[in-house]
Amino acid sequence: MSRALFPAMGLLVAALFMASLLIGPAGLGLGQSLRALFAGEGEAVVLVMRDIRLPRAILGLMVGAALGLSGAAMQGFLRNPLAEPGLIGVSSTAALGAVLALQTGAAAAFTLALPMAALTGAGLSVVLIVMLAGPRGGALALILAGIAISALSGAATSLVLNLSPNPFAAMEIVFWMMGSLADRSMVHVWLSVPLMLAGMALLMTTGRGLDALTLGEDAAQSMGLSLRGLRLRIITGTALAIGAAVAVAGAVGFVGLVVPHLMRPLVGARPSRLLPASALGGAAMLLTSDIAVRVIAPDTDLKLGVLTALVGAPFFLHLIWRMRRLEA
Amino acid sequence: MTLLHLENLTVRRGTCPVVDHVTLAVRAGEFVGLLGPNGAGKTTLLRAALGLLPHEGRSNLSAMPAPARARAVAFLPQGREIAWPIPVADLVGLAQGSAAAQARALNRMGLDAYRARPATALSGGEQARVLIARALAQDTPLLLADEPAAGLDPEAQIRCARVFRELAAEGRAVIASLHDLGLAARHCTRLVLMAQGRVVADGPPRAVLSEANLAEVFGVRGFHAETDMGPVFQPLDVIR
Repeated sequence: MSRALFPAMGLLVAALFMASLLIGPAGLGLGQSLRALFAGEGEAVVLVMRDIRLPRAILGLMVGAALGLSGAAMQGFLRNPLAEPGLIGVSSTAALGAVLALQTGAAAAFTLALPMAALTGAGLSVVLIVMLAGPRGGALALILAGIAISALSGAATSLVLNLSPNPFAAMEIVFWMMGSLADRSMVHVWLSVPLMLAGMALLMTTGRGLDALTLGEDAAQSMGLSLRGLRLRIITGTALAIGAAVAVAGAVGFVGLVVPHLMRPLVGARPSRLLPASALGGAAMLLTSDIAVRVIAPDTDLKLGVLTALVGAPFFLHLIWRMRRLEA
Repeated sequence: MTLLHLENLTVRRGTCPVVDHVTLAVRAGEFVGLLGPNGAGKTTLLRAALGLLPHEGRSNLSAMPAPARARAVAFLPQGREIAWPIPVADLVGLAQGSAAAQARALNRMGLDAYRARPATALSGGEQARVLIARALAQDTPLLLADEPAAGLDPEAQIRCARVFRELAAEGRAVIASLHDLGLAARHCTRLVLMAQGRVVADGPPRAVLSEANLAEVFGVRGFHAETDMGPVFQPLDVIR
């Protein structure tokens, strides 16, 4: 089962990516869509395929992979199955940056203002967390620093909402915070994908260190691991991947928490194998959810983050239930 | 050959020294039992020697770059953590030792039948054996073990002590903190007795485990006998 897992997951993600390209309100035929996408036949169809559906599918793939991978890395690093990528405060500071861009009107004036502000927020959280947790600080210091940063940026986000000049401005912010991949363009792809790739590449190098960390910090260090180097790669990698993901998709919850749980029994729990498996799993989950929001409610703008939380939370309850039964 | 060399090693918590100017050299072929009451500084000494704690003085191990140190010394920490349900054989393989060293380590700790079982599904004592096997599989000239016998059943305790003695006989060195004085006396080639951060006695087991030392350092008196299977120490009463 384990050996076939990666090819099977790869095929699943490829199939979902194609499905994401082919499903939409325009109701295009299969051959028509593909000819438009690859050969550039039919002007309007080309526009739909290349400027609307392609960026959406690419972002679904990449944001999902970023969430799944950083969730697995964070759980491995903190040796805690409840850890999720937002724990170190990256998502909430990125959200604060985006909210400020919306509130000040910068987002309306200039398309890239919102993602750029979100990325700045994510970068700021890295500086803060490294300063707060200290160079030698362990897992607990990191968690507490992350909670403090999340709480502070959450409070600042509430303040911005509180002070918003009219209900429409507040609504815009609230809708953005729910997370969505609708109406993203290739500009968003070019801005975020290189950063997500860089972050994910950094996280993929942490496999061996996370394996060693299974036995605790002392044992891992005695096996030759540099804890400080590993921590820096985890924080920077997560900030790049999650900061860029939040910048283009908003806050999409539960993927980073649930996906590593789903994949763990399939790969024998070893963190180095869980990392790529969770990247594929996250991509599959997000592409599925993004297809689902289009199929379930084609006429209303059902937000992606709402769906992942609606499906993810009960699923998580089920996992806890099963875990409790196994332990009893 | 000297495998561990500590010179005036000192670790402070605030201003209070927890390990106080310890100078110690351990050579190949020695199985050193590190004895002392709770809080004597045994764990701190081992961790500082490895460079896991900031310290004053010199340790040949903490001076090494991390990858070289991992080839020179294996460490079995006191806290026994296994975070994920990884199969026993994979866990022992984390040490990056050769396949032969891994197989030998599993066999020595009596774990051949457990290879495919998730380590977290085992009992506490079985997990402790897995972690000892993991340290053995690192296949280093020196092994530092912090309370390796804690939580082991009598058979596993003796098996563990025997393996450490075999390692010493192979020309390696082992330093293990122990609380079972009889086990230490029967199997170690040398004992180092610590109290309040200092080494108060160092030498062959019979000399270190004198009645005066037991009374002064541990505050206990007890039964001491020589049998044909080695010396027996059984603390029976508290003096202070």
